[in-house]
Amino acid sequence: MKKIKSSEITPEIIYKNRRKFVQNLGLAAGSMFIGQNFINLAQASSNSIEQEITEYRYITTYNNYYEFGTKKSDPVENSQNFKTKPWNITIDGEVEKPLKLSVDELKNMFPIEERIYKLRCVEGWSMVIPWLGFPLYKLLDKVSPTSKGKFVKFISVLDPEQMPGQRYPILDWPYKEGLRIDEAMHPLTILVTGLYGKELPNQNGSPLRLIVPWKYGFKSAKAIVNIKLVDKMPTSSWMKASPNEYGFYSNVNPRVDHPRWSQASERVIGGGIISPRIPTTMFNGYGDEVSHLYKNMDLKKYF
Amino acid sequence: MSKYSKIIVFFICLWPIYSISYSIFDNSLGAEPVKKITHHFGEWTLIFICLTLSMSPLKKITNSNIWIKYRRMLGLFVFFYATIHMFTYIGLDYWFDWKPIINDVIKKKYIFVGFLAWLLLIPLAATSSQKMIKLLKKNWKRVHRLIYIIAIFGILHYIWLSKTIFFGPLIYLIIIIILLLFRIKFNKSSTKV
Repeated sequence: MKKIKSSEITPEIIYKNRRKFVQNLGLAAGSMFIGQNFINLAQASSNSIEQEITEYRYITTYNNYYEFGTKKSDPVENSQNFKTKPWNITIDGEVEKPLKLSVDELKNMFPIEERIYKLRCVEGWSMVIPWLGFPLYKLLDKVSPTSKGKFVKFISVLDPEQMPGQRYPILDWPYKEGLRIDEAMHPLTILVTGLYGKELPNQNGSPLRLIVPWKYGFKSAKAIVNIKLVDKMPTSSWMKASPNEYGFYSNVNPRVDHPRWSQASERVIGGGIISPRIPTTMFNGYGDEVSHLYKNMDLKKYF
Repeated sequence: MSKYSKIIVFFICLWPIYSISYSIFDNSLGAEPVKKITHHFGEWTLIFICLTLSMSPLKKITNSNIWIKYRRMLGLFVFFYATIHMFTYIGLDYWFDWKPIINDVIKKKYIFVGFLAWLLLIPLAATSSQKMIKLLKKNWKRVHRLIYIIAIFGILHYIWLSKTIFFGPLIYLIIIIILLLFRIKFNKSSTKV
């Protein structure tokens, strides 16, 4: 199988010059034929805001990844020797055809697409990131979930030897996250293997992470080793740490505050000292695509 | 001699201003410069609270009155940095958009205690002069015990804004608890005497 070299995808200079603005969602706004892989340029939607793609240096140096420490600069400093090869992933639980495979095999199973999504952190800041990956539903289709597979649980790696943060009980390790099956099957939900046309840096969740763009960033688990379909709603690490602050859904919602701080606005990363906050949008601007998933649900209760 | 030492201490206490100015001109504040500036002054406020609270224990330990000479200046620096901290939040972060700010003060406990701590600093700063000490006599001491409450509010402000239990706020919490325990111990032993 041929592997994509980072240089074969989008050269960084194009990102720099492209000055792409975030517009309404258009899957496959353009596609390039590179080797045997298609790259679909998808643009994230963000109704009223126009935002530029965040600089690579900020995306890769300002991270929340408590496995490597709680400071934003810890992940880039402490993850450089983290071993991501070999890396196996198991997809099991309530499925007809469980799978166990390497990340390299997984990368070659599906065409790699580029998705430019806005990422909104629960702390009140946002970035616009050009991810490389493939929709999760394609993988889930391969394993055929049974009727009991109502939720999808994501389990990250447990390796305190390599991950200094896991030596402290900051969270319930390994990191656990979850989605409802219809959220997991949504075409916007992707498994990510790269960013900015390059391989995914360790500090961003290499070799495989989730991205659910309408939810707060912490929902998008990093360094995943197990995707498990389950019958009951899984308890995520953050729900366990503080159940009244971090809910299962954690959809971006300017009208539902974090109990301790407001979610009405956000700071744009890379804006500099003299840059104003911008208003936060419902479902991070992806409301047209995802609001039907939550019809008749009280989002204050199911936060 | 002591006059010069006070001037030297004064300029040392301006260190947070020098260091942040350097970072601003050096453009090395990183991804979230506004947050960094806000947190910089917030943390220095806490450091100066701890320094101010250390002076009378140091006096007892070293049996020297020299520490008390600096206490007022350090206390005024608490007010100075707390005020810059607050105005960074109001001006630089929220651009004087009062509606969300007022909302935060009313609804968010970490902003509420932070604001309350700043309010309580005002009477302390206003009564810090020699004249006021004479004027208020015994009451001056009572008023200035507010610093204990301010210290507690300050550390709560830091703890509540963190996503989970972090080392940073925990360290300040421990230091402040130790400094406050000194008071209880000293007050007990002094009443015995």
